[in-house]
Amino acid sequence: MIAVLASIRPDSWNFPLFLHVAGAAVFVGAITVGTVAQLGATKVAEPQLLQRVAFRTLLIVGLPAYVVFRVGAEWIYSKEFGDSSDDPTWVGIGYLVSDIGAIVFLIALILAWLGARKGKTGLGKASGILSALILVGLVIAVWAMGAKPD
Amino acid sequence: MELNDWILAFHLLSAVAMIAAVTLFSVMIAALWRTDDPAAVTSFMRLGLVGNALVIVGSLGTIVFGVWLAISLDAYQLWDGWVIAALVLWALVGAIGKRTGDGYKATSEMAAQLVSAGTPRSPELAAAMGATRAFWMHCLTTVIIFLLLVDMIWKPGA
Repeated sequence: MIAVLASIRPDSWNFPLFLHVAGAAVFVGAITVGTVAQLGATKVAEPQLLQRVAFRTLLIVGLPAYVVFRVGAEWIYSKEFGDSSDDPTWVGIGYLVSDIGAIVFLIALILAWLGARKGKTGLGKASGILSALILVGLVIAVWAMGAKPD
Repeated sequence: MELNDWILAFHLLSAVAMIAAVTLFSVMIAALWRTDDPAAVTSFMRLGLVGNALVIVGSLGTIVFGVWLAISLDAYQLWDGWVIAALVLWALVGAIGKRTGDGYKATSEMAAQLVSAGTPRSPELAAAMGATRAFWMHCLTTVIIFLLLVDMIWKPGA
């Protein structure tokens, strides 16, 4: 039923939804790079290269993508729910993952920067583990956005 | 929650996996742009494998759950213009993406052979990591995936 209702959403919702989905998907890609590159850095010939790439990806791709998906989220939320104080569960899950994810993302970004700067794979690994946690949260959030549990 | 909600969720997760894969490959291409260092290329192999897994999950998931949804929901039909457009774009992504993958797979194998042979630098590798046919195919794949997302959200003609 929800999917049917979603299919007849007003046209004015499309662009904010596009920003939200595209931003989130690119963010998932950036976080995946951050996770795999950092956690696999010790097993390759050029670990510092992977650490640098992980940091730059989080900074140059991940951070703008997060801003885009969050702006898109707020925009479509304002159109769909307005001033309503009674949010459905799936919106709550989205906000929870997004808010906690932002804090964890910033910590992961700082650790990635320190790891790349000092050449310490331990810091990079910590960043990779945090990125992996964000990734798990994002998968749950994407599932919630689609399945829309009440 | 109904079955259709689960199908939509998996369709969405698959679409995100597909876009994430394109992002990942774009990062790899940018990071290794015109590199002549074979060890640098082989260092990214694990990341490439994750990208390949995302492509498989994303492409199969989008088509299976997407078609299922179009059949299952009364609001959509498989012969709707925007659904047909999506199917065509999906097929194009598959065909062009495979060529992209084949191109970069050959480059990655070249890098592995150079590392085995102890070659520290290779101008041939640098050329293969630049604006090759595989690179332009990747750009085309990215544009088509962008169009797919636009089609999915705006659903022209629906």
